[in-house]
Amino acid sequence: MSSAPEVTIGGLVGTRWKPALSVEVTDGIAIVTFDLPNESVNKLSRAVKDEFVSLVSSLERDTTVHAAVLISGKPDVWIAGADIEEFQELKTATDAERLSRDGQMLLDSVERLRIPIIAAIHGACLGGGLETALACRYRIATDHPKTILGLPEVQLGLIPGAGGTQRLPRKIGLTNALDLILTGKNVRAKKALQLGMIDELVHPSILRSVAITRAHEVAEGRRKSERHQGSVKSFLLDSNPAGRTIVLRKAREQTLAKSRGHYPALIAAIDVIAAGYEKGIAYGYREESRRFGEMAMTDVSKQLIFLFFATNELKKDPGVDPAQYPELPVSSFEPLPVDKIAIIGAGFMGAGIASIAIQHGSLVRLKDADHGRVAKGYAAVRDVLKERLTRKQITRIQYSDYMALLGGTVDYSGFGNVDLVIEAVFEDLAVKHQVLRETEAAIHPSAIFASNTSTIPISLIAQASTRPERVLGMHFFSPVHKMPLLEVIPTPNTHPQVTATTVAYGKKLGKTVIVVNDGPGFYVNRILSPYINEAAILLDQGVAVDIVDKALVDFGFPVGPITLIDEVGLDVATKAGKIMADAFPDRMRPANSIQAVVAAGRYGRKSKKGFYSYDKEGKKGEVDPSVYAVFLAPGSIPVNKSIGPQSSEPAAWPEMPAIQIQQRTVLAMLNEAARCLNDGVIRSPRDGDVGAVFGIGFPPFRGGPFRYMDSLGVKIVVQRLEDLNARFPGRFEPAELLLEMARRNQYFYPDEHG
Amino acid sequence: MATFGNGRRVAIVAGVRTPFAKAGTAFRSISAIDLGKLCVAELLQRTNLDGKEVQALVFGTVIPSVISPNIAREVSLLPLLPKGVQAFSVSRACASANQAITDAADQIALGHLDVAIAGGSESLSNIPILHAQGFADALVLASKAKTLPGRLRALSRIRPKDLIPITPAIAEPSTGETMGESAEKMAKLNAIAREEQDHFALRSHRLAAAGTADGRLTAEIMPVYVPPKFESVLTSDNGIREDTSYEQLAALRPVFDRKYGTVTAGNSSPLTDGGACVLLMSEEKAKAFGYTPLGIIRSYAYAALDPGEQLLQAPVLAAPVALKRAGLTLKDMDLVEMHEAFAAQVLSNLKGFESKWWAERAGFSQPVGEVDRAKLNVMGGSIAIGHPFGATGARITTTLLNELRRRGGQFGLMTVCAAGGMGFAMVVERTR
Repeated sequence: MSSAPEVTIGGLVGTRWKPALSVEVTDGIAIVTFDLPNESVNKLSRAVKDEFVSLVSSLERDTTVHAAVLISGKPDVWIAGADIEEFQELKTATDAERLSRDGQMLLDSVERLRIPIIAAIHGACLGGGLETALACRYRIATDHPKTILGLPEVQLGLIPGAGGTQRLPRKIGLTNALDLILTGKNVRAKKALQLGMIDELVHPSILRSVAITRAHEVAEGRRKSERHQGSVKSFLLDSNPAGRTIVLRKAREQTLAKSRGHYPALIAAIDVIAAGYEKGIAYGYREESRRFGEMAMTDVSKQLIFLFFATNELKKDPGVDPAQYPELPVSSFEPLPVDKIAIIGAGFMGAGIASIAIQHGSLVRLKDADHGRVAKGYAAVRDVLKERLTRKQITRIQYSDYMALLGGTVDYSGFGNVDLVIEAVFEDLAVKHQVLRETEAAIHPSAIFASNTSTIPISLIAQASTRPERVLGMHFFSPVHKMPLLEVIPTPNTHPQVTATTVAYGKKLGKTVIVVNDGPGFYVNRILSPYINEAAILLDQGVAVDIVDKALVDFGFPVGPITLIDEVGLDVATKAGKIMADAFPDRMRPANSIQAVVAAGRYGRKSKKGFYSYDKEGKKGEVDPSVYAVFLAPGSIPVNKSIGPQSSEPAAWPEMPAIQIQQRTVLAMLNEAARCLNDGVIRSPRDGDVGAVFGIGFPPFRGGPFRYMDSLGVKIVVQRLEDLNARFPGRFEPAELLLEMARRNQYFYPDEHG
Repeated sequence: MATFGNGRRVAIVAGVRTPFAKAGTAFRSISAIDLGKLCVAELLQRTNLDGKEVQALVFGTVIPSVISPNIAREVSLLPLLPKGVQAFSVSRACASANQAITDAADQIALGHLDVAIAGGSESLSNIPILHAQGFADALVLASKAKTLPGRLRALSRIRPKDLIPITPAIAEPSTGETMGESAEKMAKLNAIAREEQDHFALRSHRLAAAGTADGRLTAEIMPVYVPPKFESVLTSDNGIREDTSYEQLAALRPVFDRKYGTVTAGNSSPLTDGGACVLLMSEEKAKAFGYTPLGIIRSYAYAALDPGEQLLQAPVLAAPVALKRAGLTLKDMDLVEMHEAFAAQVLSNLKGFESKWWAERAGFSQPVGEVDRAKLNVMGGSIAIGHPFGATGARITTTLLNELRRRGGQFGLMTVCAAGGMGFAMVVERTR
């Protein structure tokens, strides 16, 4: 065998057909280079799999070859995983099971091949990629930040389907494998070496030559992959059936408690791993395929895969549509470079934005009214970086380099060459107007002014501007370094290049960016507002705080709505609430409970007193029983076992069923989301779904408000809204759009409901 | 007389410094390198200059870190600057920042550079503490030993006296005389009375306090949010005592000659931490970027004398040369900034300026002349503001130019005395 394998799939390059796998044999070693034509990453599609199958059989036959090295032709990717687009074509569980079976058989043939294959890994080695590497006889990876290894399948509601659930625990021990498989997290090559996933770590420049040397050695029996020696603890637990039973039982308990049963793939993964240990590896493989097929058909997986594609689409979305500006040349949609930014307001938001900007190489001018506040901003930035340093996500040198990109000021010095100013001052229109005027006097006329307001319409802010075409909104979510969403809000006057530049910069900061239209609360806060309000109205009616929160955590939100306002701060929430109430008085009139609690000086975590109680460090405890007296008459204070010693007494107020709490709050949100779509606040249901999931934590396994409505059926949504509106006139008036869609039997995603 | 640069005039575009903090106070946990980084980063931020334009960074320090001796390179590795920036460190005792500035200016004048940053920093809170020879020998032996007993044997040679650390003193290696002793000697040789010294120190504090209060002095100072925890911020020099009185100063006991001495802690500059830097450009480049420079370098000169004679008197030899090179006289100067190591030294230097004997030693027939006190150190000097050795020269340069602008003056003279019997003088000109 010399040049190309017999079956080549690959793709056209220019006019030439190029295979994904090319082979070059030198001195008895076959160097197999994986380089998928016309793609930026290597992924495992059916076509690639066919090439692999024929490659393996020719390697099996060709006795002049003693060993093979599998290396990638892509700069930063080894194999990124399976081709997920193919998953969407799977119609039945049997189809999916077969896909998994085929992958398993291929990798089984790799593992049993006459000659050893050495995985020479540089770049991402994920999912099917890692499963391929695990089937190889020896693994070398580069000591490089781009080299990451992991099995992220559960993040798509799936389980590893090509032997990963069986090979990984046997390679690195049950405990470590469970941790990787159940979180789907990546590890760097160094950690992979410690875990025993790889055998060696080398500098990228010698990967190929070391791999060839090892190929000879492994072929001649002079070297082999050693099974990893774990810690004493993992030895005691992982290497005997009794220990494994304990580990698996614990994993099951923790997973159920954490996922609340919303993510079946997690339990399926545990089942499959357990099956392999209990009834042998062949049975384990069979179970893996069967459950993979089952998981691929779950609604959860479909929603998670939708979100995966939606965020990928948004990564490529420039945020402006040139077709809407036929008079402008193409060049005016090109994003401008943003190297230096100014942030006005060194509070929690301003400092949060600064902390991510410096980590992406921007020079930052951080301004506030006095030095004490700027110093607090520095401390907040430091806290973010320090945490990353402690977790070894950044080095000490990176830490000091990032900090050096931050410059504090109390005046407008250093604003002369900023490309973008982000205003994060107090939510007060007069203050924002003053800041805008002062800023425009200090910045270059081409610089962009972005307001990080969460509620004030941008057009109102832009009224004070002498160049409103360079003003827009840039709404980050708190805490900025953790929340993945950014809303960019152009006004009708904003120049498209300003929008394109801001969107591009938001993406550079690692955010998923949705462009939304101006209006009170924009999109995310607008749909959040009626939801929070409804939760607070439930409190007015005597439902216990923790009952409300628990119902919505059970629904799939990361925290309950009352916990959320405690976190955000009741002062902030009520200020925003007032703006929303002014804009939509019929359905967003603030609940008594929040008003009364904030009036009592209880601002939530920041004042260590809110609906919940907090200890000295601000750590959240139980519901503070004293809070009820603030807004309820003594007779209507809820009594249930969670709030006090009166547990033995019968409940004075009938406990509201979770389903009712969920319906009232979530339907209020869904209804408002439909209005936002109808009003053009969001461009598409996709943006609305991504915004709700990444901005609020709307349960990802439900896909987002629009996909959730599709799966309920718009008719049902309307019916429930009408029922509620009958009981609580005004608040639940179904959106026009929903009524019309229900009449016509329509879906938000018609393609998926053919 | 032609301006320095042979037609390629060198502009000082801007200057920034950290506050100066008494050693062991606000900046005690910040290294000289980090002080340098802080002020260079702020200089770039304030001047709105893209760091990519900077071609070289020259930095001075007097007590370098043993681990990273090329402070300039460490500072230049700031993420704001391109890695290709040329960087070298210079040492000329208290005139180190001046040396950095003139070295960078020379390179610009030669046409090798267009844009450079020059300055210096010092942390006297973080001076290297050395081990006694016996301790060092034992450690070296132990590190060479191959076995544990061998290592222990080597370490067992350490004697209690070996454990006493050695702190570097500010003394002349050639004479063994400390700086204070030299100042004391100068006070006696030049007949500088204690009262005069204390009055001068009082003046330094009063003027520096006034400059801080009205913002003239703080205009060139950046706020330092103090790492690592950023719980405090320093925005002005913390050694200035606006409430000090002549009586308080007069009550202090002499330090270096307890019996006949006149030099006290009150009329000397304190040990200080701080960093300062300036942005230099060829005048054309500054214009092309749209900057209005603070001024240009009109001339400079260095001089030296026997350190055993009058250690801090060399500015008297440098100043007439700088003035001559500028084609100007003291009368043309609108302001004079003189580094204040000790009141005794400033007053000795001023006497020297008036002395025919010192003029002849410098090769001139006429003395420099009497400095109008109304033009001298109008916002105080190192006695009050503090004196981080490596940074002071850049501070004085910025202060002089800023104040010239405020007063609408044209020419300014600065002098800096330095250990080793060295002196520096520079004439700057405000351009219109």
